[in-house]
Amino acid sequence: MSDERLHMELCGIRMQTPVLTASGTFGFGEEFADFVDLSRLGGVMVKGTTRKPRRGNDGVRITETPMGMLNCIGLENPGVEVFLNETLPRIKKYQMNVIVNISGATVEEYGELAGMLDVDGVAAIELNVSCPNVREGGIVFGTDPKAAAAVVRAAKANTRKPVILKLSPNVTDIVSIAKACEAAGADMLSLINTLMGMEINIETRRPTLGNITGGLSGPCVKPVAVRMVWQVAQAVHIPIIGMGGIHCWQDAVEFFLAGASAVAVGTANFTEPGVTMQICDGLNDYLEKHNIAHIADLIGKVETE
Amino acid sequence: MTLPNLTQKVSIAAEITTQAELAEKVYSLSVRAPEIAATAQPGQFVQLRILEPSFTLRRPVGVAAVDKQRGEVTFIYRAIGRGTAALAALMPGESVGVLGPLGHGFGMGYSHPLLVGGGMGLSPLLYVAAAYAGKADVLMGGKTADELFWTELFAPLGGRTFITTDDGSLGTKGFTTTLLPDLLEAKDASYDAVLVCGPEIMMRGVAKIAAAHGLPCEVSLEKRMGCGLGACLSCSIDTAHGRRKVCKDGPVFPAEEVFL
Ligand SMILES: Cc1cc2nc3c(=O)[nH]c(=O)nc-3n(C[C@H](O)[C@H](O)[C@H](O)COP(=O)(O)OP(=O)(O)OC[C@H]3O[C@@H](n4cnc5c(N)ncnc54)[C@H](O)[C@@H]3O)c2cc1C
Ligand SMILES: Cc1cc2nc3c(=O)[nH]c(=O)nc-3n(C[C@H](O)[C@H](O)[C@H](O)COP(=O)(O)O)c2cc1C
Repeated sequence: MSDERLHMELCGIRMQTPVLTASGTFGFGEEFADFVDLSRLGGVMVKGTTRKPRRGNDGVRITETPMGMLNCIGLENPGVEVFLNETLPRIKKYQMNVIVNISGATVEEYGELAGMLDVDGVAAIELNVSCPNVREGGIVFGTDPKAAAAVVRAAKANTRKPVILKLSPNVTDIVSIAKACEAAGADMLSLINTLMGMEINIETRRPTLGNITGGLSGPCVKPVAVRMVWQVAQAVHIPIIGMGGIHCWQDAVEFFLAGASAVAVGTANFTEPGVTMQICDGLNDYLEKHNIAHIADLIGKVETE
Repeated sequence: MTLPNLTQKVSIAAEITTQAELAEKVYSLSVRAPEIAATAQPGQFVQLRILEPSFTLRRPVGVAAVDKQRGEVTFIYRAIGRGTAALAALMPGESVGVLGPLGHGFGMGYSHPLLVGGGMGLSPLLYVAAAYAGKADVLMGGKTADELFWTELFAPLGGRTFITTDDGSLGTKGFTTTLLPDLLEAKDASYDAVLVCGPEIMMRGVAKIAAAHGLPCEVSLEKRMGCGLGACLSCSIDTAHGRRKVCKDGPVFPAEEVFL
């Protein structure tokens, strides 16, 4: 099937389709090569990368919840140096847009990471200021407009790559943070990260997760994500990568209508590893059936009057 | 560095050919999955998807048997929670999602391995015993005689069978670790490896005894999993070689690498 109606260019990144995979749910892409034509994706947002290796949280890291799941992986990753020296050269052959999701303990560390990743083979940098599963850094930068803007400026000052800021849904006013990041020079916004949640085993009276709380994702978060994309899209002029609970092409269409220029699929990759290809096919069919020349014609076209 | 995985993984909706209750809450499920039957190695597993929207995560189960001619794969599982209960309610003719084969299985190059299993850990050992075609003996442990429907499943696979039960209602009274030293020290014993699958406490005990007898020991670990492909890091563990993923680098590991 031709993807002509789906081609997209965002901040100079040429995408075969506007369907990406969300950080932490798709490894480095290579793990899914048996199921997905990686070059057909708009990009692979690779696992959250930090300056030094991290071993993540102890105990149970994942559990299924009604229409979704909780995780508290805790940013386990081999560190940016291993990523640059081993992972990046290895995954080059897949010809996919590699978007590196980074997490710093300080504002300066975001700048340093962005600088180190300003290399061939990296398409863009995604700033994770919204991880609910680590103590230092992470979410504190994502819940305060000034701190989020400082992270954006630090990254922009150190790289020529497009910088995407990933917004946390664990805030009262997501729009003010989005605007602050746009003003600070963010090239794109992605949203949403996971919603902080918790499950208690009533027999043992203990939390299921080793880290007590975790991030909620999957179909149950989709209405929250669509609402946030819609609100943010009305307030900013930079492109939005929408995510949160997308499991099928119909879900993706909702995000485009709400104002996203591209979508990312996370948890659904666990349910069905080839789901992104089905979503691309479904979008093609939908556009053809409705005589819509291009997916861009859907962006922000929700009718609220 | 781990070696590249040479087998192609597939994700299919597989037709259920048989679903039988072997004992209370223990089921044997066979599906038509020719691609997986052709390539699955003993000790590998699959991720089953119950094809209803309310299931977000798949459920990992070991491969208990393959029939290459008929293109069928069999799993044996205990219904312990929401997912496995839903699995048990499926009927022949219905479909279940099967993703696999996944992970790395047991070493198949030994000349006379002793397989040691307890509880549902005996399920993947059935496939190991079948593949060793009579060259492997099995030591199985259960709580009471009721659980030892397993003896009937192992009987046709050749090899000798040793049994322990916690209450002594069948075989030797005690645990597998009670009988294991006798088996390894018997005059005619010629075991060259111990391959274990069962509760972690049992595997640790067995690994210690195997090490004391200078025998290589492989153990199969269980961890909660998300993707099953090595991407989500839900099942990361510490090993002698740093962090490893049970779903991709395991589930089978040399005991000395994981029981530090
Ligand atoms: C590699 C591997 C092979 C396995 N092989 C078998 C087998 O052959 N036969 C068998 O009966 N069982 C096997 N298990 C255990 C089986 O996966 C669990 O019993 C099953 O996932 C429970 O799901 P549930 O929804 O019924 O239970 P719930 O407790 O409701 O499950 C809640 C969540 O926890 C996970 N979970 C719960 N217990 C386990 C566990 N022991 N291991 C991993 N995840 C768990 C579930 O997958 C689910 O995501 C294996 C596990 C692993 C990791
Ligand atoms: C297991 C798991 C690990 C994740 N790891 C990261 C991460 O490292 N960095 C990040 O920015 N987001 C991470 N996320 C959040 C996802 O990228 C995504 O924003 C979120 O899950 C919502 O989308 P979904 O409902 O489609 O999964 C993770 C999510 C899951 C489920």
